[in-house]
Amino acid sequence: MSFALFLFDSSRLVHLSLVDFLVIIFYFGLVLVIGAYLKNRANTSEDFFLAGREMTAWIAGLAFLSANLGSLELMGWAGAAYQYGILATHWYWIGAIPAMLFLGLVMMPFYYISKTHSVPGYLKLRFGEDSRTLSSISFAFMTVLMSGINMYSMALVMKVVLGWSIHKSIWLSSLTVAVYVALGGLRSAIFNEVLQFILIWAGALLIPILGLVEAGGWSNLKVQIAHNASAEYTHLWSTLGTFNGNPMGIHWTGIVIGLACIISFGYWTTDFLVVQRVLAAKDLRSAQLAPIIGSAFKMLVPFIVILPGLLGLAVLPMKLVPENVAVATGGHSYNEVLPLLLARYCGPGLLGLGITALIAGFMSGMAGNVTAFSTVWTYDIYGALINKNATDQQKVSMGRWCTILGVLISIGTAYLVMRFGSIMDYVQALFSFFIAPLFGTVLLGMLWKRATPRAGFWGLLSGTLSSIGMWAWVKVDPGALAYVALSKNAKDMAENMYRALWSWLVCVIVTVVVSYMTKPKPESELVGLVYGFTDIPKDGNVPIYQKPAFWAVIVAVIFAALNIYFW
Amino acid sequence: MSSQREISIWFFIGISLVVNGALVLGAGIYELFYPPANPVVLFRLHAGIWWGAILFILGVVYTVKFLPSRTARAAS
Repeated sequence: MSFALFLFDSSRLVHLSLVDFLVIIFYFGLVLVIGAYLKNRANTSEDFFLAGREMTAWIAGLAFLSANLGSLELMGWAGAAYQYGILATHWYWIGAIPAMLFLGLVMMPFYYISKTHSVPGYLKLRFGEDSRTLSSISFAFMTVLMSGINMYSMALVMKVVLGWSIHKSIWLSSLTVAVYVALGGLRSAIFNEVLQFILIWAGALLIPILGLVEAGGWSNLKVQIAHNASAEYTHLWSTLGTFNGNPMGIHWTGIVIGLACIISFGYWTTDFLVVQRVLAAKDLRSAQLAPIIGSAFKMLVPFIVILPGLLGLAVLPMKLVPENVAVATGGHSYNEVLPLLLARYCGPGLLGLGITALIAGFMSGMAGNVTAFSTVWTYDIYGALINKNATDQQKVSMGRWCTILGVLISIGTAYLVMRFGSIMDYVQALFSFFIAPLFGTVLLGMLWKRATPRAGFWGLLSGTLSSIGMWAWVKVDPGALAYVALSKNAKDMAENMYRALWSWLVCVIVTVVVSYMTKPKPESELVGLVYGFTDIPKDGNVPIYQKPAFWAVIVAVIFAALNIYFW
Repeated sequence: MSSQREISIWFFIGISLVVNGALVLGAGIYELFYPPANPVVLFRLHAGIWWGAILFILGVVYTVKFLPSRTARAAS
């Protein structure tokens, strides 16, 4: 048996051995076996689109997180950590944890009790058909674009790391996802997401452990980063007092208001890609616990994503550069930091496991997009606009075909995405187009009984259009950055944060103004949808350690302690 | 929804860890006796051996605990 190891030649970063290939082939085989096994358990629309609403809190919570652990999480954020330092951790901590806890404690009861199949479905119940149509079409558009980004990212990894053809990688991975999701629906996607979550940790956890051993611990790592880059790279908050004092060119207000309060809350509470996993929980308490369990693990993810990026600054012998520079010079880009570290530390078997972790991340993200797309398409576009009298079997059939169609559209968008230089910044722009205004609409819908159907629609539309308008304004006139992002020095990410904030404000203001100009819904139609009109079941006599609020407090305390420690 | 009892996801995860752990452990032991010409950084720690062993043991625990016959008995 030949164990050929990492060879840094011009065409690939690593060479896989036989045992590495066996690990990867076994993974592909297992996900297909799970899909085939679950085929007979996806006979009704409730089974296919909501996994029969039978998932435990742990399974729903891990799937909730895993659907988000796509290619962007593993490759993109490791690269972002190399580029921006520990500031990238904000997207995992303040940019996720408060929103996930809010979803579990405050918003989940309304989603769950209303028995909606999707977030656009909630908008239909609360604001009417127009809002649902607008939301479902924009969501479907965003989802296939996201899926295309996932595919492109994975194909890029396979090309750079293994020298595989970008076309073969796209088709192999996407068809595998299409098969197991089309067979078993959301249940298959969730099962595989939990498996993928475990494999991601099994394959990626060794890198930070061995990296810290090589660097000589966290203290020595900070010293080396200060020497190779800057001491600012290891501070989470203390450099955010000015736009110029940190590698990202962002002010703390952008992080706290733009990221934490708008983009994060918008994504984690209204993006159906993640919310769908929680809707599959078996009861309300499980649905509330699932995001809290997810948040606990989310706090740990920087260990396998951000820390490798920081380790790259300290231990890698070469300097990484932006994607476009890497293409022009033949160097290594920021996004390659994780594969480079894999090649540095992992021998046969471990290398295969690490590559499997990357593939698993890509596939879980892709499956998340595809299942969410097929559900929204079937219920909120096909069932609402095309065939209002669709039978249950027609919906299941449409769901299966939509899965394949969604994958094919995603493949098309993957080729389009190749034209964009910075993957992460592009995604953040998409979020600010659709997610930030949607959060404003859903939040007002759940918490403010006076919000009217007309106001919901016009608020959502104006928020989305204003966001696209600001993005186009800066593209046409770069000087507009000083107005949109409050500083001409702001980087793309900072611009996205502020654009999200403004578009959310536009949505909220328009919704409030139009609400006072139009007639509200009768209170009898708000039951189960709005705070004050919904009977939320109490936890009863369950022990304190089974109550969602108890675990939310634990997570919140650890979250605060981590932020102070890395201040 | 079929009335047939479902195999737990944790069983599949156990199988996955057993197989992957065995492969990684086996490769690590092979390298112990036949060291590569270009070893990885920190090769002396033999990460493949202890990491593979951890995955294998965890996998055995999960596979046995969530064996379909065992979970079906517990449910009935």
